[in-house]
Amino acid sequence: MEDAARLLQLVVNGAAAGCIYGLIALGFVLIYKATEMVNFAQGDIMMLGGFLAFSLIAHWGLNYWIGALLAILITAAFGYVLDAVVLRRVIGQPQFAVVMLTLGLGFIFRAGAGITWGYDSVGFETPFTNKTVNLGGLVLGQDNVSIIVGTVILCGVLFTFFSKTRLGVAMQAASQNQLAAYYMGIPVRNIFSMIWAISAGVAAVAGILLSPVSMIDVNMGFLGIKAFAAAVIGGFGSIPGSLIGGVIVGVVEQLAGYYLPAGFQEVTSNVVLLAMLILRPQGLFAERMGKRV
Amino acid sequence: MRYVFRTNYRQDLAAWRHRGDVFWYSLLLIVTLLIPMVMGEFYVGELGAVFIFAIAGVGLMLLVGYTGLISLGHAAFLGIGAYTNSVLLSKGVPFLITLPVAGLFTALCGAAIGRPTLRMSGLYLAIATLAFGSIVGTIFQKWTSVTGGFDGFPVPTPYVFGIPLDNATGIYYASLVVLIFVLWLSTNMLRTPVGRAMVAIRDSEISAQSMGIHLARYKTLAFAVSAGMTGLAGALFAHYVRYLAPDAFDVLLSVQFVTIVFVGGLGSIRGAILGALFVRLLPQFIAIIRDDLPFGIGRMPGLEPSLFGLILVLVILFQPGGIDGLWLKTKHWFQAYPLKRATGGRRQKSYARSERLR
Amino acid sequence: MSLFRAENLSVRFGGIRAVDSVTFDVRRGEVFSIIGPNGAGKTTIFNLISRIYNSTEGKLTFDEHDITRIPPHRIAGLGIARTFQNIELFANASLLQNLLIGRHCHAATGILAQMGFLPSARRDELRHREKAEDVIAFLGLERYRDTLIANLPYGVRKVVELGRALCTEPKLLLLDEPSSGLNVEETEGMGFWIEDIKKDLGITVIMVEHDMSLVNQVSDRVMALNYGKVLSMGSPREVQSDPEVIRAYLGGEVEV
Repeated sequence: MEDAARLLQLVVNGAAAGCIYGLIALGFVLIYKATEMVNFAQGDIMMLGGFLAFSLIAHWGLNYWIGALLAILITAAFGYVLDAVVLRRVIGQPQFAVVMLTLGLGFIFRAGAGITWGYDSVGFETPFTNKTVNLGGLVLGQDNVSIIVGTVILCGVLFTFFSKTRLGVAMQAASQNQLAAYYMGIPVRNIFSMIWAISAGVAAVAGILLSPVSMIDVNMGFLGIKAFAAAVIGGFGSIPGSLIGGVIVGVVEQLAGYYLPAGFQEVTSNVVLLAMLILRPQGLFAERMGKRV
Repeated sequence: MRYVFRTNYRQDLAAWRHRGDVFWYSLLLIVTLLIPMVMGEFYVGELGAVFIFAIAGVGLMLLVGYTGLISLGHAAFLGIGAYTNSVLLSKGVPFLITLPVAGLFTALCGAAIGRPTLRMSGLYLAIATLAFGSIVGTIFQKWTSVTGGFDGFPVPTPYVFGIPLDNATGIYYASLVVLIFVLWLSTNMLRTPVGRAMVAIRDSEISAQSMGIHLARYKTLAFAVSAGMTGLAGALFAHYVRYLAPDAFDVLLSVQFVTIVFVGGLGSIRGAILGALFVRLLPQFIAIIRDDLPFGIGRMPGLEPSLFGLILVLVILFQPGGIDGLWLKTKHWFQAYPLKRATGGRRQKSYARSERLR
Repeated sequence: MSLFRAENLSVRFGGIRAVDSVTFDVRRGEVFSIIGPNGAGKTTIFNLISRIYNSTEGKLTFDEHDITRIPPHRIAGLGIARTFQNIELFANASLLQNLLIGRHCHAATGILAQMGFLPSARRDELRHREKAEDVIAFLGLERYRDTLIANLPYGVRKVVELGRALCTEPKLLLLDEPSSGLNVEETEGMGFWIEDIKKDLGITVIMVEHDMSLVNQVSDRVMALNYGKVLSMGSPREVQSDPEVIRAYLGGEVEV
């Protein structure tokens, strides 16, 4: 019975970590589907969102929920501006130019965060810190549960948004065929900036949800690399795909940490990533595409 | 404006376009050979490092700029070359053998990562090489019986024909020789079917195949040659730093390499050298002006990577041709004067080209 | 004597039979045209012959070799060259470099010799340069020799596409809509080149074409395709007066 409990604990921890990876991956996927750019600085935007929440909640004493919402909105606005001012200018350049550009931006964000908030880890009070919930005899940390629940709710909201609202459908259209979307009167460039805004907002949510579990610090964005594994497993194509991919990575990581010798856990996500890319690059869900000549 | 009058095909094949080039490059060579005799140890050491980074830069340029395959994990190859060279030296193998062996072994590792990544392009390849670099970094840390892990690995002094290469001047000349070799190799590749096959793969894989180019073979070759050159740089790097630590070969170093290629100017060998010059001299420049910067910026940690990031962003946004592009524009401006046109260097508007279908 | 033969060639994409049991043969030295409405499967047949797609059924024979399953990079060495409907040139290279890449399958030296630029590699390079210059002279492209493809007008690019295919010294040349995007004069010029290719260079040509004047000008035999199936095969006049072919292009009567 104890082994089963321990296993379940690992799975829950893994699922929680996986949800964070999934949210970052979601940010990648939203932008990639629309503009074929990948934002290598997505993890760093998560870091900025987390720090912003810290300032609002711990420094200026705002209520948790208001502070969190404000942090999300400000980060979203930041994402919009980032696209409008910087990313729009590189349309037409090859993909690795964008990769390098966002890598460079990541460096700048980290330095900016270091100047503003310093290089120590910080945290803030949340309604979930240090509390537990009892589920049928199993004691789980409320922080982990909040991550899972929060992620599921967010994904549900996004899913409904994209399929049911006008703006969401317009975004889908712009992603699939820019020219046709223009003809339908959709302001494609503004839509893309809004997609960046949503992406940034999602990253901020990830940062805020993560803060009770692991403190906020300048190098938090390196989780972004693990999120790649999540995105690839999900096929870089869909919201549920990213989430499932993230949970798979998170759980595998936890299991590896427990069953494999020390020091192998950190390399797990990379090995999973490389293996997926080599063996099934289209992910578990997506289709392969080819070019018509 | 100089007009190059060509009378036979041999001229087009040659490494120089005209006699003027021969003169200037010879002058450059003589100056480079004489530098250690006039400049102090510190500067000689720094220039040696520039050569080492230029060697790696040329290797990466062949992969990224000419074959169109991106690698965010090239620091791994530097490390493999460094460790292979040092471990063999510590077992008593002479330097003149460990150097090429390090290069060849790294080339094999390059082929090993090139083969499974054949069908990947752009984004996925970037991610895969990132993961690869990370995994290799972890191997350096964990395989303590060979690499010494975080304890470090002291690098034995290399001897060339009985002369120890344990000072900056020795490293300088050794790196110069290897750099010239690597430049000769690249020039040869680019004027023969091998190099053209790489360019073909970059621009259109489907028609490259129709022309008889075996994609798997040439992509693997590109990775192997690129890794091999970086491995040679790694072997020399080991002697530059004298003490190997596994965390020297991290993502930041890989990004520095890619910065060399980008800031130097994609698609030109000269760009790799200019890029290496820039990337190596930037920290020196920062160190000099550090105290003069306002608001105490100079004193904050993380200044260097953030400046790297800023320069990368600015170059990609405003000068995608890199330093080489700037050089060419300036040269043409001077050559065309006073008939220069304002639109001569302006970029055309371009539209996004989908890379999901190549 | 047939140089090329396709027997029962079929390919399926999902539920769609893009090419359905197509059988035809091409005789040495002839110009064979494939016509049909858009979506009939003409370019798909080319893609099957140049092995970009795998056929689901059928057999392809070229010069007595069975090429049904060979890898795509081997067809150039066997003597099949093709042009692409939407121009797949190497945009960031010069015209000369594009043509030299066309010579790749005839490289006589190995990779190591090339990397060391041994005298044998140097001689080989000069030989390739001469052959490429022959093609440039044949097509009149001298003034564009060092221009980057990205800077060339569309009509010139179509000609370069043809030149690159000729550099591979093919026995069989697959031309995919050589006149698309060309005006009347350019199309006529293309027709003259195809005739020269057939008569002076002795190359067999399979051509996919919509422009009937060009088809009539150069073809020896024509095959009409619709919905992946062969409608008719014969001389240009026979095929164009075939009622099935007319119905496919112009539509038939509505049954009331």
